[in-house]
Amino acid sequence: MFDLFRFFGKGESKSKDIAKERLKLVLIHDRTNISPKYLDMIKDDVIKVISNYIEIDEKGMDIRLSRIPQKGDTYSTALVANIPIKKVKKLGPNKG
Amino acid sequence: MGEVIVITSGKGGVGKTTTTANIGTALALLGKKVVLVDADIGLRNLDVVMGLENRIVYDLVDVVEKVCRLKQALIRDKRFEGLYLLPAAQTKDKTAVSPQQMQELCEQLKEEFDFVLIDCPAGIEQGFKNAIAGADKAAVVTVPEVSAVRDADRIIGLLSANDIMDPELIINRLRIDMVKRGDMMDIDDTIEILGVDLLGVVPDDERVVISTNRGEPAVMDDSSLAGQAYRNIARRLMGEDIPIMNLETDEGFLARIRRFFNSNRKRAL
Repeated sequence: MFDLFRFFGKGESKSKDIAKERLKLVLIHDRTNISPKYLDMIKDDVIKVISNYIEIDEKGMDIRLSRIPQKGDTYSTALVANIPIKKVKKLGPNKG
Repeated sequence: MGEVIVITSGKGGVGKTTTTANIGTALALLGKKVVLVDADIGLRNLDVVMGLENRIVYDLVDVVEKVCRLKQALIRDKRFEGLYLLPAAQTKDKTAVSPQQMQELCEQLKEEFDFVLIDCPAGIEQGFKNAIAGADKAAVVTVPEVSAVRDADRIIGLLSANDIMDPELIINRLRIDMVKRGDMMDIDDTIEILGVDLLGVVPDDERVVISTNRGEPAVMDDSSLAGQAYRNIARRLMGEDIPIMNLETDEGFLARIRRFFNSNRKRAL
């Protein structure tokens, strides 16, 4: 929907759409009481743990809070991570 | 047994007091017995908006401190049958009253009145806690701007944490010309973001400023669109099924407003 506006619009987003997108993001953080800074801390720890097993593309990694539509008109909040894999590490049998 | 409704918003300046004055007056015009309670202790304004500032003898804090009886502090609005005001104290601060005392006051008022409307102060501190203490339900006022909507969301969360579930939203000062240009969030956008039911939409109307200058609620002004919107809200509070009024001629837009008014969105989290 957002992209459609852009396509048929004058090339720039309407200010109300910008307001809406910004509000949605800020409210996700307000409602969960998870600040972007806190999310960064989670991200760093996730990188540490996963890097023990998989070589990941840290720059391409994206971890964020998102609203997931549920049955009816309700939403739940989810922590969504997109972690591009570079290479799976070969683990020795006694590694751990 | 009446109903206690708190009018709240989080952010200041979005129109809580004007909303309280107008809905209360509209309810009285519809034959209900109504008391308006100004819970904004130290920054009272409901009295001037109602044009009753010269009639104050006692106030809410006097009642709570038993300096006077409740009946002595209630100001009867001579223009409207059944409309009363309980003014806030101006020289005290929010800590002069406790939530427990407010709750008792509301219980007393409910015995006497069909509707007890509480004008909540801005913020989420003591004054807010006092104002919601005795409320059965809440109307959250917002304007279609990011700061006000964000604060409304916070207030909705705090209300539900205090067991005031399913507050209803009043979108104030909607400017249809800006909505048409795509420069103001519309009803649909605001409801989607906040996930609550809509109680009413009040268009931006300079007649509200004019009537407030005179100390006469806008519902008295037949030519005021905002006045009409407040009268509609009052009838919805009485249980009537009144559609959101047509703010422009576009049929599609009207259909959309109706759809969103009827939708029953539940809040996430």
